[in-house]
Amino acid sequence: MLKLYDVDISSRLLLGTAQYPSPATLMDAIKASQTEIITVSLRREMSGSKSGDGFWGLLRSLELRVLPNTAGCHTVKEAVLTAQMARDVFSTDWIKLEVIGNHDTLQPDVFALVEAARILAKDGFKVFPYTTDDLVVAERLLEAGCDVLMPWCAPIGSAMGPLNVHALRSIRGHFPGVPIIVDAGIGRPSHAAAVMELGFDAVLLNTAVAKAGNPVSMASAFAKAVGAGYQAHHAVMLEPRDLAVPSTPVIGKAVFT
Amino acid sequence: MKLIVNGQVCDVSAKSLEMLLFELGFEGDWLATAVNSELVRATERNSHSLKNGDRIEILTPKQGG
Repeated sequence: MLKLYDVDISSRLLLGTAQYPSPATLMDAIKASQTEIITVSLRREMSGSKSGDGFWGLLRSLELRVLPNTAGCHTVKEAVLTAQMARDVFSTDWIKLEVIGNHDTLQPDVFALVEAARILAKDGFKVFPYTTDDLVVAERLLEAGCDVLMPWCAPIGSAMGPLNVHALRSIRGHFPGVPIIVDAGIGRPSHAAAVMELGFDAVLLNTAVAKAGNPVSMASAFAKAVGAGYQAHHAVMLEPRDLAVPSTPVIGKAVFT
Repeated sequence: MKLIVNGQVCDVSAKSLEMLLFELGFEGDWLATAVNSELVRATERNSHSLKNGDRIEILTPKQGG
């Protein structure tokens, strides 16, 4: 069982709700993923429309845990205010904290991220910081009051998969007791399985499912991959060897002359 | 009174934030509001007086990754 801020979670796949071809596909993909946590955002409401209908009405019917994000925020002030507004609407103190530092890579501004995390943690938020794979930044985020880390494995939406396995191993190894969710950059189920095999606690993804040819089928594939990677890690995998080793016993082999 | 609501200039008669939402036709329980970059909780909208030039943000749940 995965424990995130004292909440027990069975599924180790967190799923984003953006970019699906239709609301029905979104709903079916969420169900197929077996996720218990979905991410949402806050955006401007159009005058005259009824809030809570449409997209949000559908999602609420699933009765899943919601992780609101601060996507698109570029400053500490924006991110903190967005988090406060999210708490007021969603009645949750969980927040996926994003403070973007670069338009092209959507790389987090880790300096602002740490500052915003400190402010929000002090204000009672349970912060899920979207960060890089930098070990020292991870340390600062924990000092700032985060109990969970969410390093990228590649830029958001890039589908490149784990780019720096050494850094990911390092961050995993240094904080064995901290729940670490790999967030962003995963493109295919084998990427998800690979990071779970490294010992990460969960995976958060969106585009890889939403933009798949068949999002519902892909959601199911990711659920299996995450489960397989997790199970493999705990089963303890064989380390690579330089030489071939026969799997069939050599002793008892017939001798034909 | 002129306000800037979600980036658009609006000429309204509402004196409080709650009345503004009503006047502009915002409905439902799923709204988050801020005035001049400060949170105004749902429970505080009725007592939050508005003044000329206030910048209002009205947000609602949307898709997110």
